[in-house]
Amino acid sequence: MFKPRTFTPDVPVRPLLTRADLWLLLTIIGLLALVVGIAERAPATVQGPEISLSLSALPFYAIRSVGRMAIAYALSFLFTMVYGYIAAYNARAERILIPLLDVLQSVPILSFLPVVLLGLSAILPEAWAVELTAIVLIFTSQVWNMTFAWYQSLTTIPRELREASSIFRFSRWQRFTTLEFPFGALALVWNSMMSWAGGWFFLMAAEIFTLGERDFRLPGLGAFLQTAADAGDLNSIVWGLLTLIVVIVLLDQLIWRPLLVWAGQFRIELVERDDENRSWLYDLLSGSKLAAWFGHVIGRLNDTLLVWFGRRPAADPYLSGTEKSSPIEWLAFVLSVVLIGWGVFSGGQLLLRVPLEQWAMIALSVGATMLRVVMAMILALLWTVPVGVLIGTRPAVAAVLQPVIQIAASIPATALFPVLVLVFLTVPGGLNIAAVLLMLLGTQWYILFNVIAGASAIPQDLRFTTELLQLRGWERWQTLILPALFPSLVTGLITASGGAWNASIVAEYVVFNQQTYQTIGIGAQIAAATEAGDFAGLFAATLVMVIVVVAINRLFWRRLYRLAETRYRME
Amino acid sequence: MQQKQTRPLVELLGVTQRYGRGERQFTAIQDVNLVISEGEFVALLGPSGCGKSTLLRIITGLNRPTEGLVRYRGKTLNGVNPYATIVFQTFALFPWLTVEENVAVALRARGFSRDEARKRAVELIDLVGLDGFEQAYPRELSGGMRQKVGIARALAVDPELLCLDEPFSALDVLSAETLRGEVLELWTGGSLKIRAVLMVSHNIEEAVFMADRIVVMDKNPGRIIAEVPVNLPHPRDRKSDAFAAIVSRVYAVLAGQTQPEAIEYGTEPGQNGQTRLLPPASVTALAGLLEQANATEYERDPIVQLQDELGLDLDQLLPLIEAAELLGFARIENGNLILTPLGEAFAEASIQARKEIFASRLRRLPFFRWMLRMIAAADNQSLRWEVLLTALEPEFPPEVAERQLDIALEWGRYAELFAYDDAEGRFFLETPVATA
Repeated sequence: MFKPRTFTPDVPVRPLLTRADLWLLLTIIGLLALVVGIAERAPATVQGPEISLSLSALPFYAIRSVGRMAIAYALSFLFTMVYGYIAAYNARAERILIPLLDVLQSVPILSFLPVVLLGLSAILPEAWAVELTAIVLIFTSQVWNMTFAWYQSLTTIPRELREASSIFRFSRWQRFTTLEFPFGALALVWNSMMSWAGGWFFLMAAEIFTLGERDFRLPGLGAFLQTAADAGDLNSIVWGLLTLIVVIVLLDQLIWRPLLVWAGQFRIELVERDDENRSWLYDLLSGSKLAAWFGHVIGRLNDTLLVWFGRRPAADPYLSGTEKSSPIEWLAFVLSVVLIGWGVFSGGQLLLRVPLEQWAMIALSVGATMLRVVMAMILALLWTVPVGVLIGTRPAVAAVLQPVIQIAASIPATALFPVLVLVFLTVPGGLNIAAVLLMLLGTQWYILFNVIAGASAIPQDLRFTTELLQLRGWERWQTLILPALFPSLVTGLITASGGAWNASIVAEYVVFNQQTYQTIGIGAQIAAATEAGDFAGLFAATLVMVIVVVAINRLFWRRLYRLAETRYRME
Repeated sequence: MQQKQTRPLVELLGVTQRYGRGERQFTAIQDVNLVISEGEFVALLGPSGCGKSTLLRIITGLNRPTEGLVRYRGKTLNGVNPYATIVFQTFALFPWLTVEENVAVALRARGFSRDEARKRAVELIDLVGLDGFEQAYPRELSGGMRQKVGIARALAVDPELLCLDEPFSALDVLSAETLRGEVLELWTGGSLKIRAVLMVSHNIEEAVFMADRIVVMDKNPGRIIAEVPVNLPHPRDRKSDAFAAIVSRVYAVLAGQTQPEAIEYGTEPGQNGQTRLLPPASVTALAGLLEQANATEYERDPIVQLQDELGLDLDQLLPLIEAAELLGFARIENGNLILTPLGEAFAEASIQARKEIFASRLRRLPFFRWMLRMIAAADNQSLRWEVLLTALEPEFPPEVAERQLDIALEWGRYAELFAYDDAEGRFFLETPVATA
């Protein structure tokens, strides 16, 4: 056949695989080899309740810990999707689910432990039950903020986008993939990162715990560090910490950074803007054919799902404003009434068993813990505000300090806690200091990152104005910086104080070298009751803590937050 | 296209939309009856808050009316109308999808396969003149181009009823004008399946330029007050006398007629009878309007000319005129704006004298009489914001009450009738008065 000769401008020759693909393949093979190698060389003791302090066990422990975190995260993600969706789309369920979420997230995580463990032991072999308990504990430290974020993004989808998906008759699945999930993606990624950080914090406590007479240990980094501290083995502590840091940095580079950059495309604003998040892996992947092929497969899968889920246009209660009760709703309502009734009844019976002296002790303990939380917050403010402002307003300083701070912030404070205890136990009142320090270590970063964000958002023209007015020193802080920081300070403090209350359980009660050290505090009450298997005491202390934390949120933080939103908002 | 067929496409029968319950109930739309026939281009026109966008959502089935019926081709509408589509004011494009994907997604929802959807999407993008931008993201496009994507997407579903919700108001003047022409071309070209167009607008000239019939609405409660046919052939000449006559007529309907004082003022809050709503007009803008009106030599319809010279939207101009009327600075007669001697005096007065004139006028308004009496009677002659808000709430729905108090705050502060402490949320009198 005759083909006309045409002049083809430079069409790039497309190789079957790009250089990016080569790198990708090599990385995957390398990672696989690493995992297999680690598994082959696992020492015999890692399976048992004994924790080996040999360095060769460390990679294996790291993998076990990450695995636990990953499973807990997968559960959190699933829970988030379902719970958030129901709360956002069913007005009746919303009235129950959202306040419930508020309460649930202020329940100290370790209080869940005995109930979960006993429940699981009843239906599963013990090894499984212990492993699952740890996973549930981590789950409870990861899930709430994600659920809130997802619910919030579902409820703040712009009305016209909702109307568009309704008028163009999107099915439920199509609405999910084109509107709801992309809209929430960025918030979900950010909150997932926060959840992983929170998960690491409690992983340390979830891998070793005692309940009644029993001592449970799970092979993992947390257990390793705890055991090393118990043995006073500084060398092992340092190696354990190093492994932890490497794992956290790797996860950040290989998973969270690329995801963050990927989610950046789902920003809602229609203006171009410079992207501050970069990821070498994402850049690599976007040039790769393998990744493109993978994306294609996902697209085909989506096609199949589109047919699978049917084309019935989804009703949108946000638009029609109609509420219909379905039988399922009624069933759920009746079930929850029965459950709540039963819970109140048996809870009341438990509470009646708590003697009066113990109530007095609990009251005193709440006061003591509150003092510690306040101390930790003040200490955190003292250093984070000046440093945060420095970083937020001077890019040169930020360039140097930001990476250091990011790594420092990624180390879960609980991993350092054994070291702290080791140091402070010799000092009088040592555990008190150590407890405040742990709260500080665990929560200061929330404040610092918020201060940095707030300081870097101070409008340039206001900064110029203060310079023109020659405001210096305290005057400058008073007129510009502190008011401008107020909203982000409040946001940071709310998260931080919640975290500090939760940390009290780990901080106020320590078992070290077969010896128990405790101070007066609500966290110590809860931990001690857990260890003694005193369910009535555990329930009473937990209930009091939840009530106090929720009350502080409602009466104090919410007001400050409203003030921040109305008076100190930058517009 | 007109009068070819007159079969009704959409019928609204006694449509009423209320929000809230009990005493807090608020009527957004009251008893609207409207027919849109095949071959018609209808514009819904009115001040903001008259419920025109709500009405559009009721017609497309996005909202269910509290009372009344919507019929489409004689059948009662239940749920979203599959033959209708909307071009949105803010475009409502998915920012994370390309131009092509944004159009294709509407086709996929109708059951087109991936490849069919892509093919059809490309054709539609060609049709609106965006070829070459298929792979661009909405954020890379100008406002006018974004709206073209919105139009292509709306056309993708082969609609019979095309609804435009203030489609040009988020665009710059030139893009808006170009797009108006292009939409008209698509409509009059007749190659599409579209049977009727319904456009919500707050721009009178735009409505007269495009529509065959203008349905004029008013607020409190939202209702239809007039229907103005536009029997001019396309393309329409904005400079022609016939065009100007229709524009003037619509203005006259919208601006209304100044009523005797007793009716204009209404009654005090809490008393029997209707409390007059304060129009959302800022004092600075009102002063600007009066100055301009005082300085202008009129060559044509005063309101039209003022709107042109001030570069204001109808949405911005109407509240100002209403405020000028309410305060006795201007009168509306036969659709013409006439400054009163007081209005002229205000326009020429110094800053301090203006405040005095303003204060003397405010004292006559029942709303302010009531407010001043409430504050004077309170302890220390100071009153919390919430107290006044609560007192207003039997009268208005909560958002409206809050808005009213906001307006009263601005006017009263300007006139130095009272002061307000934002930190404490308290009103207090500037000069304490002895209570009788």
